[in-house]
Amino acid sequence: MKRRKVDLQQAPITAAKGVDERFQAATPLRALLNKVFPDHWSFLLGEIALFSFIILLLTGVFLTLFFDPSMSETAYDGAYSALRGTEMSQAYASSLHISFEVRGGLFMRQMHHWAALLFMASIVIHMARIFFTGAYRKPREANWAIGMILFLLGFLAGFTGYSLPDDGLSGTGLRIASAIMLSLPVVGTWISASIFGGEFPGHLIIGRFYIAHVLLIPGGLLALISVHLGLVFKQKHTQWPGPMRTNTNVVGERMFPRYALKQGGFFMAVFGTVALMAGLFQINPIWLFGPYRASEVSSASQPDWYVMFMDGLVRLMPNWQIYIGDYSIPPLFWPAVVGLGALTTGPIFWPWIEARKSGDKRIHNLLERPRDNPERVGIGAMAFTFFIIATLSGGNDVIADKFHISLNAMTWAGRIGMLVLPPLAYWISVRICLGLQQHDREVLAHGVETGIIRRLPNGQFIEVHQPLGPVDEHGHPIPLEYGGWVVPKKMNRVGALAPAVKGFFFPVEKPAEAPVSPGMPPISGDSREEITSGRK
Amino acid sequence: MTSDTPAGRRFRVFSRRRGAPSRTRRRLGAAVRMIAALALAGGVYTAFAPGAFAEEPRQLSATALEGKQLYDNSCITCHGRDGQGVTDRGPSLIGVGSASVEFQVGTGRMPMTRQEAQAEEKKPQFDKNQTKQLGQYIQELGGGPQLPSGELVENLEENPEALARGGELFRVNCTSCHSFTGAGGALSSGKFAPALHDATPETIYAAMLTGPQNMPVFGDNQLTPDEKREIITYIKVQLQDDRDPGGIFNLGGYGPSTEGIAIFVVGIVLLVFTALWIAGKS
Repeated sequence: MKRRKVDLQQAPITAAKGVDERFQAATPLRALLNKVFPDHWSFLLGEIALFSFIILLLTGVFLTLFFDPSMSETAYDGAYSALRGTEMSQAYASSLHISFEVRGGLFMRQMHHWAALLFMASIVIHMARIFFTGAYRKPREANWAIGMILFLLGFLAGFTGYSLPDDGLSGTGLRIASAIMLSLPVVGTWISASIFGGEFPGHLIIGRFYIAHVLLIPGGLLALISVHLGLVFKQKHTQWPGPMRTNTNVVGERMFPRYALKQGGFFMAVFGTVALMAGLFQINPIWLFGPYRASEVSSASQPDWYVMFMDGLVRLMPNWQIYIGDYSIPPLFWPAVVGLGALTTGPIFWPWIEARKSGDKRIHNLLERPRDNPERVGIGAMAFTFFIIATLSGGNDVIADKFHISLNAMTWAGRIGMLVLPPLAYWISVRICLGLQQHDREVLAHGVETGIIRRLPNGQFIEVHQPLGPVDEHGHPIPLEYGGWVVPKKMNRVGALAPAVKGFFFPVEKPAEAPVSPGMPPISGDSREEITSGRK
Repeated sequence: MTSDTPAGRRFRVFSRRRGAPSRTRRRLGAAVRMIAALALAGGVYTAFAPGAFAEEPRQLSATALEGKQLYDNSCITCHGRDGQGVTDRGPSLIGVGSASVEFQVGTGRMPMTRQEAQAEEKKPQFDKNQTKQLGQYIQELGGGPQLPSGELVENLEENPEALARGGELFRVNCTSCHSFTGAGGALSSGKFAPALHDATPETIYAAMLTGPQNMPVFGDNQLTPDEKREIITYIKVQLQDDRDPGGIFNLGGYGPSTEGIAIFVVGIVLLVFTALWIAGKS
């Protein structure tokens, strides 16, 4: 029998050719694989959110296999002895079942919860990066708005998920949600009654939240994330200004292989971090909270961190009740409905507000260093200060207890801080930006400080500056134009020292040759003398 | 009003004198009045002046006498002589019982360092024996709740339901201040409910019985001794002994506050450094 000859080297080529002949995939795939992404660490923050969303989907699917979203009463008869015989809902009993009897269930639950916290945390820091670098400017306003809606959806997903186990803490959260609905004038009771199917808590809410948590909200998140990433693809990623980088090009790495490999590695890192946290740190020990009873409210009952700002606003609100005829507006209405509504929807319109204010209608594909737009930084600092004070006030009882501060003092510090600190943050950050700007211009005009002090014949001391560009006939540097990117401010940035060896644990590349000045021989790492006190 | 009232009687005696009594009768009357007056004066004196007996040493036991010595050295400034209290300084200790002393002195809360929102737990100033003596003294001074003898933690081998019942009672009665995990919590104006991590069964029992600092009293009518023991069992077995699954660190059991800190301090910091590392590779 004649052996067929297989040319292994030809095999991938023929296979790929076969695929292309059938699906015409080569052209779009080539465009995709050759797509260039700019590379900077701060562009990876959004990916943390994307990857934690993937972890949420994976762990969430696992949890749905064992979770029973039913509020019918049952007497617990599981492995956890401290609740055995206690009357509870099926939802809580099955959450306990996941925690104690399903193999790997507790780990999956904790991964799901940590991934949720990480999802929201990375959304916030990603949003901060977008904001402070002006990446939301034309043509990317819509993507900013989508990002804000993603935060809001994440907020809702987190809240519904927090409520599902039907434990003591989640029931307390639900009670607050129902109180917020009830605080709406006129329609409040109707809304609450329709959502809970009657009086709180009713027998429907877990089932309703379940379908919202596993289908509606993730569906919305998935759709909007696709649009979010699609727009990044279509509009191309922004990049920092710098050599060779203009408003009309993209300098970076091709999608394949380098960028894809880096992203794959980063996904593994995110997955690993979440798994590490889920294995090391206990989160939401529902077995200690017991089944939800309206009469049991623990101290230190807080929502997850991304809802805490709302809780903080509620805690800081003075007790001002407004009566209009037969109706009343309870104080809760202002922070929880007006405050939350304004804080989550207002920022959506920021790109248009800024464009209108500055009259800037140009397309911006280059980022702006924060210092180059002090006013934006000031407003961002103001918003974040407000958010942080509100969030800290959401946990002010824990802070008061653990740092031995009076709770009343914490409340008043929050109230006063909320009014005083944001303007202060605005002023300080604007001053810092202006100072940094000025220093950049100064270095461009006069050169880098060398640290060499020279004494002039008349006794005056001056510091010698190293010009960054050409000099005029007197040896004075000709002022340089600011390019919107980092200005070298230290001598070793312009090659005075041996360049630092790159690499985390060991060198990954040969150190570049430092430019050699005839007057100053290059300094290598080991030829430096140890500086001693001179005494032996 | 009948005439058999003291006033009526007095009136009758008075009216009889209006007549002309014989000499013998007068003398006899004088003698009777004299005896009656003496008896009255002596009786009133005996009734209203017990000072002669108060100066006598109380029938204190030897232990209580030792306790009195300690009391007169360390406690008298604020709680006053014989535990009667000093206005604006310290409350009366009449009727607080030895359980209260076991709690306050045994955990180092008393003697207090300074007057503040609440006495802080610190290194006890008196050893176990001295605390017992002080307790005995206060007990003999005015009575009050005492710690029961016997085991305060239920045996779960014999009574396995005690744990779940204790948990239920703990969540109903204790968590609103001490929190689900027994990590403690803030009250108004610098007052607080302490963490229960290092509380001994005796301390917890005494606290429930006497309501120290800002804690309400859970007398035997509110929580029977059996229920108190069940709560102690839950705290001991479930919250103190390491029975809490879900990782090496429970982040203090302060709920979402510390979890929120952890996601930024551990999660975000780790991943930002990873991002710096990955983006730095070119």
